[in-house]
Amino acid sequence: MKGITDLLSIRRLGRSCMKCKEAPAVLVIRVGDAFCKSCFKDYFVHKFRAMLGKNRVVYPGEKVLLAYSGGPSSSAMIQQVQEGLSRDAPKKLRFIPGIVFVDEGALCGQSWEQREQNVSEMQQALQKTSFPIHIVPLEQVFLLPRSVLQSSLPGNAQHAENYKQAVNSFLGQQRAHQENELSGIADELAQLRITGYECDNNLANGSSYSCPPAELTSALMEIFNSARTLTAKLELLQSLRSHLILHVARTCGYSKVMSGESCSRLAVRLLANISLGRGAFLPLDTGFSDDRYGDVVIVRPMREYSAKEVSFYNRLFGVHSVFIPTMETKAPDNSSIQHLSEAFLTKLQADFPSTVSTVYRTSEKLNISRKEITDENVQQERCLICMCNLDTRVGEASAFCATQVSQHLSQRRPKNNAEPTRHSEKQCCNSGQCCESAASCSSSVPGTQDFLPLLCYSCRVTVKDVTFVSSFPPYILKEAEHRSRRLEMRREIQEFLLDEGGGNM
Amino acid sequence: MRSARMPVKCSSCDAQRAALRRPKTGHSVCKECFFHAFEEEVHHTIVSAKLFQPGEKVGIGASGGKDSTVLAHVLKVLNERYHYGLELILISVDEGISGYRDDSLETVKRNQQQYELPLKIVSYQELYGWTMDQIVKTVGLKNNCTFCGVFRRQALDRGAMMLGVNKICTGHNADDIAETVLMNFLRGDIARLRRCTAITTGSEGAIPRCKPLKYAYEKEIVLYAYFKKLDYFSTECIYSPNAYRGHARAFLKDLEALRPSAIMDIIHSGENLSVKEDVRMPVQGTCTRCGYISSQGLCKACVLLEGLNRGLPKLGIGKHHKLHHKLLAQEPLSEAETRKLKVVDF
Ligand SMILES: [Zn+2]
Ligand SMILES: [Zn+2]
Ligand SMILES: [Zn+2]
Ligand SMILES: [Zn+2]
Ligand SMILES: [Zn+2]
Repeated sequence: MKGITDLLSIRRLGRSCMKCKEAPAVLVIRVGDAFCKSCFKDYFVHKFRAMLGKNRVVYPGEKVLLAYSGGPSSSAMIQQVQEGLSRDAPKKLRFIPGIVFVDEGALCGQSWEQREQNVSEMQQALQKTSFPIHIVPLEQVFLLPRSVLQSSLPGNAQHAENYKQAVNSFLGQQRAHQENELSGIADELAQLRITGYECDNNLANGSSYSCPPAELTSALMEIFNSARTLTAKLELLQSLRSHLILHVARTCGYSKVMSGESCSRLAVRLLANISLGRGAFLPLDTGFSDDRYGDVVIVRPMREYSAKEVSFYNRLFGVHSVFIPTMETKAPDNSSIQHLSEAFLTKLQADFPSTVSTVYRTSEKLNISRKEITDENVQQERCLICMCNLDTRVGEASAFCATQVSQHLSQRRPKNNAEPTRHSEKQCCNSGQCCESAASCSSSVPGTQDFLPLLCYSCRVTVKDVTFVSSFPPYILKEAEHRSRRLEMRREIQEFLLDEGGGNM
Repeated sequence: MRSARMPVKCSSCDAQRAALRRPKTGHSVCKECFFHAFEEEVHHTIVSAKLFQPGEKVGIGASGGKDSTVLAHVLKVLNERYHYGLELILISVDEGISGYRDDSLETVKRNQQQYELPLKIVSYQELYGWTMDQIVKTVGLKNNCTFCGVFRRQALDRGAMMLGVNKICTGHNADDIAETVLMNFLRGDIARLRRCTAITTGSEGAIPRCKPLKYAYEKEIVLYAYFKKLDYFSTECIYSPNAYRGHARAFLKDLEALRPSAIMDIIHSGENLSVKEDVRMPVQGTCTRCGYISSQGLCKACVLLEGLNRGLPKLGIGKHHKLHHKLLAQEPLSEAETRKLKVVDF
């Protein structure tokens, strides 16, 4: 409720707006920046357009999926899109929006009635938009096809250097797509039957949201009960949710997903992700545009708004948000690395008011180290779960290898003591040799050890906190099996391969 | 209750009774297997990062604290076990603060006898011509921290240069590195952020420094010292308290309690950060007088010394970069400049 008191005290500012110098200021967003209501609106709206305009990633006529959580920031984002699409807006936005909401109610033990209640509140809040709304229960992860985990190479559109060219090529693709519609429909129908997800699941007009089968809910609970730490549960949730949204985007033809994290939220994510070993992926996890999936690009247009600005805006202009409890909410500070990071940053921000903006600016100076990605290596160079380029192909002198050496040394003393530390890179980085456990080899149920080689550093740490990897949804297990087989094959034929770095991995 | 507890077997040799649980991996191991693992891990770090060449003279910064005591011990053991062919020498710095160093220097001297390593104590008097006590007398208590921070940072390098050492090893451990990553990230210091996970630093001008304990957990260093009965002097962190570092340290401790691998996870993050090419980095030059790394023509220590020697102690405390060329050219300062620097207003 800090927002309200801020606002009340600011009402009596007694100075005029720094922009128009006329109207009385009603709020201060930063030291010295006092705005009247109307200039604050201009500032807020301009920032949104400028963010999209500067980055030029969304094309006219493109379908864009807005990820909605009920929270203030994604509510404000949807309001901005709505406003930008309205006819009287100057510099009108020209894309076709849809909304996706992932219902995670099962994870915080909500009954079906409570979940229905959340959904109807949410529908009410979004009523004004008339955008199609896709409501997906998290239980749907059990129906995902394994192809979700495969990054597709982006079309030429995304790589074209010239924006106009890119737009034209995009429009051309769309026309071609329409001509192929008939065959396309057959494909989509086939897809639907596999996935159980219906694209025209448009619930904007009050149609009912149907209860997922109870056995899926309990299977979902099994995954999360199997994760021993809240840190790992939250990481898993994040991944499963992303996969679902990606699937909705792909099946319904959305090529962009807008995600509504504010600058304050991203600063917490940055700190948490550093602590989780995701340093290599900070630019993807928190940057404006995230193209790890190839065909569907995630953009974060709210990333320059502070949580404070968003809450001011929502209060002044009647943007309703809906509080929907999730696993992230209501947990003590020291219950997970994510919560700890948030509490720490909030405390630091109180002592050093520039902390959040400094962290945010630091992240702007980071880059993703890109390897050449070809059609063949694109799948297996990527992490099975988070789909980022693997950060485990590092040299011997690294935290990654040092950790493996420690594991190795404290489990089983090497039998021939001749050269105990001459691990070749291969020996060190193939999990099979470092942490052999008898159980994982003999049984057909996938164990943690089978998964590790397919994962990035951070996802390995997460999966090590999971007791029964076999409780993962089928799409992950199947894709893991497929990739393990490819790895195995490669190991067998390795000596005959001429080009080490080339296309085969 | 205690009698009901089953003795746990060592997960490494499966023969001895486990004596400790490794903070780094969570495995229960016996004393011997722990020593072996700890030493082999340091060896792995040294070999994989190619820290040394045979025949090198390697200075070990010895403060008498746990990190440098364990470092000295392990380097001595590994140098013999794996025939590194290194000439090891302990280097200690005596700031010349009466009473302050006595205990830790005693510890270092005992270590020297135990490990049979040569020890060189370099004093501020030798290095700078001034003891810390004399400096305090001249500049007053309020400003002496500027001096002790700057002088301490350089003392080891200057001492090592005097001794003709090829490399300096310091006892920085994994906790220190992770903490520095967090701190530089929070402060937005992108240049330091990029450098701070490097195992070897400062190859131009100054003597290269390396951190063989980079991947060793602080808690394991204490365990190693404890079980080896190594004698160390427990000093509080001697650097002036830094608000951000204190916060980062507390945060790291909380993280470690939740997930012990967090320390290594943060180092992994730091090692894999990639900085945009168009981000400008400060140019690093060397001091024209002493050869130490410096972004200015004269390093901070040389400016401070110049001030002390000319009887202008405020030189170097504020921003007086404009005067550097005069100092370099040994030119006299104008009367106005002198007046400004002489007034010591405590
Ligand atoms: Zn105004
Ligand atoms: Zn991953
Ligand atoms: Zn043992
Ligand atoms: Zn001091
Ligand atoms: Zn100098």
